[in-house]
Amino acid sequence: MILTTLPILIPLVLIIVLMFSKSSIFSEVVTIIGTFTLLAVSLIATIYVNNNGLLVAYIGGWQAPYGITLVIDHFSSILLLTTSIILVSISIYALKYFPKTSQYKRFYIFFFTLTMGINGAFITGDIFNLYVWFEVMLLSSFVLITFGNQKQQLQGGIKYLAMNLVGSLFLLAGIGLIYGKTGTLNIAKLAEIIGNYEGEIFWLNTSGILIFIAFGIKAALFPLFYWLPASYHTPNITITSLFAGILTKVGVYALVRFFTLFLAIDQEFWQNLILTIAGLTMLSGGMAASTQYDNRKILSYHIISQIGYMIMGLGIFTTLSIAGAIFFIMHNMIAKTNVFLTAGMIDKIKGTYNLKNLGGLYKSNPLMAFLFIIPAFALAGIPQLSGFFAKFILIKAGFEDGHYITTSVALFTGLLTLYSMIKIWNEAFLKKAPEHVSDNKNIKLTFKDYLPSVILGSISILMGIFASEVFDFVHHAAESLMDNATYIKSVLK
Amino acid sequence: MNLNILQYAEKPIRWLLIIISIVALLRGHNYPGGGFIGGLLAGLAIVFQSLAYDVETVRKKMKLSPQSFIGIGLAIAAISLLPSIIGGAELMQAYWVKLQITESYVLKLGTPLIFDIGIFFSVIGIVLMFIFNLSK
Repeated sequence: MILTTLPILIPLVLIIVLMFSKSSIFSEVVTIIGTFTLLAVSLIATIYVNNNGLLVAYIGGWQAPYGITLVIDHFSSILLLTTSIILVSISIYALKYFPKTSQYKRFYIFFFTLTMGINGAFITGDIFNLYVWFEVMLLSSFVLITFGNQKQQLQGGIKYLAMNLVGSLFLLAGIGLIYGKTGTLNIAKLAEIIGNYEGEIFWLNTSGILIFIAFGIKAALFPLFYWLPASYHTPNITITSLFAGILTKVGVYALVRFFTLFLAIDQEFWQNLILTIAGLTMLSGGMAASTQYDNRKILSYHIISQIGYMIMGLGIFTTLSIAGAIFFIMHNMIAKTNVFLTAGMIDKIKGTYNLKNLGGLYKSNPLMAFLFIIPAFALAGIPQLSGFFAKFILIKAGFEDGHYITTSVALFTGLLTLYSMIKIWNEAFLKKAPEHVSDNKNIKLTFKDYLPSVILGSISILMGIFASEVFDFVHHAAESLMDNATYIKSVLK
Repeated sequence: MNLNILQYAEKPIRWLLIIISIVALLRGHNYPGGGFIGGLLAGLAIVFQSLAYDVETVRKKMKLSPQSFIGIGLAIAAISLLPSIIGGAELMQAYWVKLQITESYVLKLGTPLIFDIGIFFSVIGIVLMFIFNLSK
């Protein structure tokens, strides 16, 4: 079905169109139309999957498990939808915040290359193809991170590339071993084989751990996260917000997609591993965030601590906890991008990200304060915003299943999150502006500057208001992940 | 560096490489070769030319920029998807046309060949981008 392949085809066509674009206005218009088309397509796909079941396409007409299969199930459709919402807001944001240098048009080309990689990773049903999409993502994000060509950006870019290449090697090694042991690369076939595996489970786990390390690097889990804070504060804020919202979550998506298979057969080993790492990730990210004074660095460390919650949901491994994890991914992608967008706004007015040099923004710009407080409160888990329900489901699932230590760590990390958010709030908005820092008074933000943040903020609020509907929705996705019989049956006809 | 012998030899060798690259491109469906290897060989022809003269001269001689090579290549590859989309088949499903050239020889042309030609051009573009940027 053509709908299945559109999330990859649309960016491909847009890349070609943008390559021949002569003026930057044309590029801008094409990009805005393109991201809205993607939003429409992913919305249609989500509705279709919800009503009619999975969308499957066999590339080149080669049947599964031999050819490459593209599958949109509940889980991937949710992520496609959330991603395309973020892409819409980033494409509007870039109009105002990306410097209009000679690289401006090229930014849009790589924006869509990245989009193609992300969408491909979400909808592929083949683990080797997943590796390919991860490479597409890695290369285009490396180009994006070094935009600007300054020493700092190149340094950040090299760190990012080096660590992620190691991750790709691990991934490739793991996939090779899995292929050697099971004889298939198709996820549905793999689920069938692993589900009925009768040999020594140890041999599957050894290859599983290689893949776990690989996705762990991509998702920035506990001992492997250091590439993220080393590189995320270097590029332009548009690019940082794009990465912060989406990139690590693709790693989390892959972890959830892949390790629900392994957890189902060897729960003891994988559950202990994943829960321990989840706890440490949350704690170390949260602690490190509280020591920083650069706005972007606080938020970067904060990404890591939030990844811990998602992995905790995977580790608890009940339908409720997986639903919580998916809810959390949705909420976090939206809110996290939004706080980075507000950080960019602050920078545009004040010219700095350093909290020590900021202040008095609440008085001078109450609208911006309001736009910051929505995602910040959502991340901290204040009731009635999206984050509260996401955390509530996860913690309820954790206590119900008796994982008291990790769940308590999650509760404690909530306090750390609140602390970091209050720190930004106090330093940037409440305290008096330090006198030695001059104000860029001549810059006034217009409606267009605020619009992306308004879009994302209202989605955070709406997700809180319609929490029960959203929960039903993610619960469906969690059910199909826990019991993959439908998935297997729809793919392997 | 101005090597006369290399400059004399360059022209026939360049064309030889280009012909070999096209042969590699065409036999690629069933035998070793294909768009990627063909593109690398054709890129090699231009690398060879820039060895004989220098990169700047070659860059001026090229009528297309590396970026347009990549763009044209991607566009051709995307066009090869159109028949499968319009025909309502699975994406990238191959369509073949069989031409009876002589009694014993049938020429098979199809969408995979168009896709390969697209790859051929993009790979040339990438090779050119490498040598042009490395020489800076």
